Amino acid sequence: MTTSAVKILIVDDEPPIRKLLRVGLATEGFAISEACSARDAMEQLKKDLPDLVLLDLGLPDMLGHDLLGKLRNDRLDLPIVILSSRTDETGIVKALELGADDYVTKPFGMKELVARIRVALRHRIQQQGEKPIFQAGDLSVDLVKRIVRVGEREVKLSPKEYEILRILVQHAGKVLTHQYLLNQVWGGSTDVQYLRVYVRQLRQKIERSPDQPEYIITETGVGYRLREADQLNTSP
Amino acid sequence: MTDDGKTENRPSPEALLENAEREIRGRLKIFLGAAPGVGKTYEMLMSGRARRADGVDVVVGVVETHGRKETEALLDGFEIIPRRKIDYKGHLLEEMDIDAVLARRPALVLVDELAHTNAEGSRHPKRYLDVQELLSQGIDVYTTLNIQHVESLNDIVAQITRIRVRETVPDSIVDRADDIEIIDLTPDDLIKRLHEGKVYLPKTAKRAIENYFSPGNLTALRELALRRTAQRVDEQLVSHMQAHAIPGPWAAGERLLVCVDEHPRCASLVRYARRQADRLRAPWAALHVETSRSVNLSDEDKDRLAAHLRLAEQLGGEAATIPGQNVPQEILRHATANNVTHIVVGTSHKPRWREFFEGSVSHDLIRHAGDISVHVISGSERAPAATRGVKAATPARRFRLRPYLLATAYVVAALAVGVLLHQILDVQNIALVFLMSVLTSAITAGLWPALYACVASAITFNFFFLDPRYTLTIRDPESVLALVFFLVVAITASNLTARVQRQASAARQRARMTEDLYLFSKKLAATGTLDDVLWATAHQIAAMLKVRVVILMPEEDTIAVRAGYPPDDTLVDADIAAARWAWEHDRPAGRGADTLPGAKRLYLPLKTGRNRVGVVGLDNDRQGPLLTPEQQRLFDALADQAALAIERIQLVADVDRARLNAEADKLRSALLTSISHDLKTPLAAIMGAAGTLKDYSHSLPEQDRADLLTTVIDEAERLNRFIANLLDMTRIETGAAVPTLSLHYAGDIVGSALQRAAKILARHKVVVDIPSSLPMLKLDPVLFEQVLFNLLDNAAKYAPTGTTIRVRSWAEERSVFLQVIDEGPGIPSGHQDRVFDSFYRVRKTDHVRAGTGLGLSICKGFVEAMGGKISTGNRTDRSGAVFTIEMPISPETTNLKELQ
Repeated sequence: MTTSAVKILIVDDEPPIRKLLRVGLATEGFAISEACSARDAMEQLKKDLPDLVLLDLGLPDMLGHDLLGKLRNDRLDLPIVILSSRTDETGIVKALELGADDYVTKPFGMKELVARIRVALRHRIQQQGEKPIFQAGDLSVDLVKRIVRVGEREVKLSPKEYEILRILVQHAGKVLTHQYLLNQVWGGSTDVQYLRVYVRQLRQKIERSPDQPEYIITETGVGYRLREADQLNTSP
Repeated sequence: MTDDGKTENRPSPEALLENAEREIRGRLKIFLGAAPGVGKTYEMLMSGRARRADGVDVVVGVVETHGRKETEALLDGFEIIPRRKIDYKGHLLEEMDIDAVLARRPALVLVDELAHTNAEGSRHPKRYLDVQELLSQGIDVYTTLNIQHVESLNDIVAQITRIRVRETVPDSIVDRADDIEIIDLTPDDLIKRLHEGKVYLPKTAKRAIENYFSPGNLTALRELALRRTAQRVDEQLVSHMQAHAIPGPWAAGERLLVCVDEHPRCASLVRYARRQADRLRAPWAALHVETSRSVNLSDEDKDRLAAHLRLAEQLGGEAATIPGQNVPQEILRHATANNVTHIVVGTSHKPRWREFFEGSVSHDLIRHAGDISVHVISGSERAPAATRGVKAATPARRFRLRPYLLATAYVVAALAVGVLLHQILDVQNIALVFLMSVLTSAITAGLWPALYACVASAITFNFFFLDPRYTLTIRDPESVLALVFFLVVAITASNLTARVQRQASAARQRARMTEDLYLFSKKLAATGTLDDVLWATAHQIAAMLKVRVVILMPEEDTIAVRAGYPPDDTLVDADIAAARWAWEHDRPAGRGADTLPGAKRLYLPLKTGRNRVGVVGLDNDRQGPLLTPEQQRLFDALADQAALAIERIQLVADVDRARLNAEADKLRSALLTSISHDLKTPLAAIMGAAGTLKDYSHSLPEQDRADLLTTVIDEAERLNRFIANLLDMTRIETGAAVPTLSLHYAGDIVGSALQRAAKILARHKVVVDIPSSLPMLKLDPVLFEQVLFNLLDNAAKYAPTGTTIRVRSWAEERSVFLQVIDEGPGIPSGHQDRVFDSFYRVRKTDHVRAGTGLGLSICKGFVEAMGGKISTGNRTDRSGAVFTIEMPISPETTNLKELQ
């Protein structure tokens, strides 16, 4: 990680939300810049390069999605976290497909937001160099040896199940849309139901209580998220 | 005080209503004089100046100064509305411009000479109609009137002065005036003014008018004016007493009945009755007894009879027609049944000899009246009958040759038969054969052809059969007698036969009309929509009256054609104006009517006893008045039925609308109550906590600060849930909650719902019992999660802390069931169905926090949108509520099972 403060550009038209984010994120040690519209955001991006953009989907002058597409076009590696309202699942899915890294629904807790931001930043940095062993709670996945354990018990997974888990582990802590997973595992040719069946089977093998999962979290209407790796194990 | 005492002193509703109407209407003040020249206009202008000095907005609508200097001087300083110029047959006439006055909207307008007749082409034929319109628009009017122009006094004035005034003003106008000021001048002073040339007189008939100003005439007129005003003051007193519930010496149940027929003098009889009734302060009615004679009345007579009955209605009486044979008997029966105390009849106009044979109505009445007073009034001269406001067409009556040819043929046939009988059988009594031909003519051809047949038969009989034959001379005196008897018998017989025939045909015609009306009413009763009624009505009127018909109904602020027959009729502006006027004033307008006679059609209001429903426009290709009196009566019958049918449909619609509105209002007020409560409670908590934190931050112990912050977060979350619920409810109600269905494991969604509800459920134990073998369900995960969340939220709200909330699921053959079970108090019996209603909340004990009353109704809305069912019940093993969702198993699920 870089030693200088991470710069975050907040794009939101609501002053109270901007203020809240500014105060909250500053206490977490981030450097903040603000934009109140899409045009403003584009200007800021020309002058100054942020390390991450926090983008509200409902901007007054341009659809958040359009700005998102533009940003992704200009800056392929810029991490983007979306702020959205709860009932707009299709909007979230669309934003994720356009290349947003993650999303947080309003109203949100500051802790949750900071966690998402950190995950997004980390994934951008670690794109190629995956850690060989993933550890979260009792679950450990050895990506080199392809061994999955819950506690001391080794879990036997089918190739598809392992493939799903591997992709989730690669993006641990980050939401993955159904479509992304389908594309990665089946090449996009299969129905989303199959994914649900496999995730269900996977949960029955690795979760203590499959109906109240602690590792593979359902993001209703959007996709799945694997619990983030324990902090201790993320740095060697 | 007792209730009875209260009701007795309650003001009469009619009196109060009248007062209320008066408050909206403009006030009318009449300056009443006994004769021209007493100074009415002068007085009116003086009063107008006084009002203007008080700051009232006064304008002059029309004032005739007739060149009098004093009057002209008074006009100085008034705003005068320019008169409208109307070109009438080359003369330029000036009339008050009512539209300009209405547009100017003054508080008070001065209008001289109320009885004035407007020039043709004006909106109203009479100035008093203009004044009525001004009043109805809330503009006060000052006007002048001479006593001889008052309708009910018309006869008396004519008797006194021997001049009948054609310009009259209905009594109702005088009655409705708010103030009447009498301008009094002694006859001597008036005559002095006349000689000084201060009284304006038209140049024509100057002599006659000078006779008019004789001291005797003037005294009589003056008394009339004073008495009319006194009567008016009396009425005001009575009205005041009624409005203020002052128990007074009411006239003890006097009722007056005037008997009318088609005779022209009946109009003055009706006016007499009205004056008499006014003096007695008694209700009154006009009665006509319809005998077999009525069938034979000419249309002119029928029209006059109808006019008499209408005059009675216009003068404030009731009008009734009853059938019967014995006129005096029927009158007395009706009078007794209606508690009549006075009967007014005219003197007999029959010659003595007819009276001897037929009896006299007045004599019979007097003989059998008993307690009832009978007033026998001598008929005065022929008075013009009051009209309905619509000119009637005279039915076409052409001379037709055919019946006479027919009669001739019968006579010829009789001759042939007579010759045959005479020559072959040597029958002598050939006259009977001719009598046969006369009777046949009477039956088939009518009275006049029959009479013609009488004469033709007599001549033929004489010519061919009486000696000397083939001449018109008669030798035998006996034969002369026989021929005379033949004629008498033939004429009497043909008369009788023709009358029977005519009555039969009238009865047939009436039966057909009744049949038509009956069918029409049946048709109307069967129609359910307004358009059907309107079309049926248009068609029926067009078919029965042989006219073109449009039916208009009000639409927003205008009036528009809703139906017509033939259907493609369009209206020009003049017609729309006439239709509007007819609608707004509830009176006929357009072709042949008093108002806007320039329109192409005649517009008649459609009304029921309660209110107006529309306007019917009629026209045909002929010129002049449109309907014969017979047709007008028929139209009235049709229009009454149609109006009732339209009103019925409108009432049904009104009731439906009222019910819907009431429900919407109920929901809206429930929503408002709920929203204001549910929004304000958490907001109050948040604002209170945040305020405390801001103001007392340093002095607060760490623990309290943390508590307050927790409150802020918890209440904000509660507010958030409520708003989410409101949004969901809106989505359901607007139909935006369209589920995107796909196959899911119920357990997955239960998991995410539990995760979302984790904070709410923190103080309860949650047990999930969902078998892994459960088939996938076709559902919208977002909606289903919300349903589960709401059910869990509900359970957490009602079940006490520390108790267990169970979520269980099982599959049956076609459905998957999912239950949320709590250990709370359960749902009171009788409330099971209602808990899913919006804003319904089961009454709670104090420790339970108020819910939104929306959660469960959202559950129901969402579950049903996904094709499932939700129901509720109570636990049988212990207290607690059970919510059960039933989702059908989709056939696609089976395919997926194989994959596993």
